[in-house]
Amino acid sequence: MFEMLGIPPQVLFGQLLLGLINGSFYALLSLGLAVIFGMLNVINFAHGALYMVGAFVAWLLLTQLGLGYWWAFALTPFIVGAFGILLEKTMLSRLYKLDHLYGLLLTFGLALILEGLFRHQYGVSGQPYPVPPSLSGGQNLGFMFLPNYRGWVIACSLVVCFGTWFAIERTRLGAYLRAATENPVLVQAFGINVPVMVSLTYGFGVALAGLAGVLAAPIYQVNPLMGSNLIIIVFAVVVIGGMGSILGAILTGIGLGLLEGLTKVFYPEASNIVVFVVMAIVLMIKPAGLFGRER
Amino acid sequence: MAETHMSSVSARRGASSGLRPELLYGVGLLLALAAPFVLYPVFLMKVLCFALFACAFNLLIGFAGLLSFGHAAFFGGAAYVTAHAAKVWGWTPELALLAGTASAAILGLVIGALAIRRQGIYFAMITLALSQMVFFLALQLPFTGGEDGIQGVPRGFLFGALDLNQPLTMYYFVLAIFVFGFALIWRTVHSPFGQVLKAIRENEPRAISLGYRTERYKLVAFLLSASLAGLAGGTKALVFQLASLTDVQWQMSGEVVLMTLLGGMGTLFGPVVGATLVVTLQNYLAGTNLPVTVVIGAIFVVCVLVFRRGIIGEIQARLSNR
Repeated sequence: MFEMLGIPPQVLFGQLLLGLINGSFYALLSLGLAVIFGMLNVINFAHGALYMVGAFVAWLLLTQLGLGYWWAFALTPFIVGAFGILLEKTMLSRLYKLDHLYGLLLTFGLALILEGLFRHQYGVSGQPYPVPPSLSGGQNLGFMFLPNYRGWVIACSLVVCFGTWFAIERTRLGAYLRAATENPVLVQAFGINVPVMVSLTYGFGVALAGLAGVLAAPIYQVNPLMGSNLIIIVFAVVVIGGMGSILGAILTGIGLGLLEGLTKVFYPEASNIVVFVVMAIVLMIKPAGLFGRER
Repeated sequence: MAETHMSSVSARRGASSGLRPELLYGVGLLLALAAPFVLYPVFLMKVLCFALFACAFNLLIGFAGLLSFGHAAFFGGAAYVTAHAAKVWGWTPELALLAGTASAAILGLVIGALAIRRQGIYFAMITLALSQMVFFLALQLPFTGGEDGIQGVPRGFLFGALDLNQPLTMYYFVLAIFVFGFALIWRTVHSPFGQVLKAIRENEPRAISLGYRTERYKLVAFLLSASLAGLAGGTKALVFQLASLTDVQWQMSGEVVLMTLLGGMGTLFGPVVGATLVVTLQNYLAGTNLPVTVVIGAIFVVCVLVFRRGIIGEIQARLSNR
């Protein structure tokens, strides 16, 4: 079958794996965006920049403090999350009563600042981050070779994504969260501290971005511009999936990553734009997005 | 009774704003005519190009309430087409500019038709994503020259007669283009069409219930804004004799948002002030060691947090409060 298409199976599966990894990052980031949007009604433009910050925190922990990958994996989400809560408390929270577009503009400014600072400090060339020794090497699956670290990234992001879905859709805390999304005033009247919940939600969404940064550090180089290139694609993913459902964000992210991988095999010239083309088609057929509801 | 009330209101308004806007425009035009004898013409032309770009963007956000985060696509796309027409096809500058503007109009029609299917934040994200697609196309298509861009674009002879390589001639040509664009926007905003746009900005469901096909109004506004942004981009390509990836990058879309925000969204003259300030600032920062993006980002944050009316908006609010 593969000979018929003129594509060696190694190439096909290699690109599919790459697509799956990209898709994992799309899913993690669009999940964070969806969680934040649901609660705060803010599109977090700084999400890509915070993903970059996550990767840099991991790199700095390694080079400045000598703390290895697993330390970074455990600490970075908290560091980035705390930073996010700080941003939310000091700036974003002042804008909730205004048009939602101001939240977008503010986070855009924050993204520029973060990116500019890291670029000023570390230049535009990437900093290498080694694959942790415990995850080096790989498995021969018969039809392809799977590096252990890549398998770990896919497994880890799947666990985190579905864990988040479970926490939001199936636990009491998640129920509060969903209720506060629908009607914050009423939930507050029931004695739940909504402003704290909002801050923690933003912190959590941002921590997901930080985690994605740590996962990405050994695969892509740690680069000040790594976030801005990604965030626009993630925006398209969000438009395609619609922000109505958590599961939708995850599935759309992974699906589009795979589609991108396939495009790289069959028509490489279009691989950069395939997500945007899909977005245009979805907008024509189902403007609310695949999993979205009109609001 | 009603009549006297009306006249007293208008008299008060005239007294409180102090100066008539026509007078201000006249003074501004005189200053613009005299400016190249004092300041560096290329700098002034850059200001005028970005001022027109920001005014075009402001037509959407300020008067129709649509935040486009993809205006770089029209600015940069038209710059490429203008540069290509002038350099490769050897067209005269006015025809090359027309080609660039027309290409921006077509692109605006396509992107606008897709983007107006969603509102608010989604509109911003869709325009951003589609303009990123234009960026990747500009990176990959053969005629744009990839990373190098199109360099050495000839300014040529306007109508085959006026030599645009003379800085003053070029400056007055650019000034004429700017005045044309600004007048068109002024006319649009003060027309019945402009009133409907403002109605859509304030309350779209209500405008729909009054029988307006808001989608069409939004699309026409988008088309007009994209075309004028294209006119600005094409002019910029002739001024700097260069069309490059910088013009289509998302940072450019962000810059035009900042110019408008800083000067005052929804004010006619605000974008001009904002563009002047941002271009001046960039020129200044280029000579220092400060990172430009950090400063731009910081201004963004400050504007959004404490200065949402912008400079002109703030002045207008102060004057009308007095």
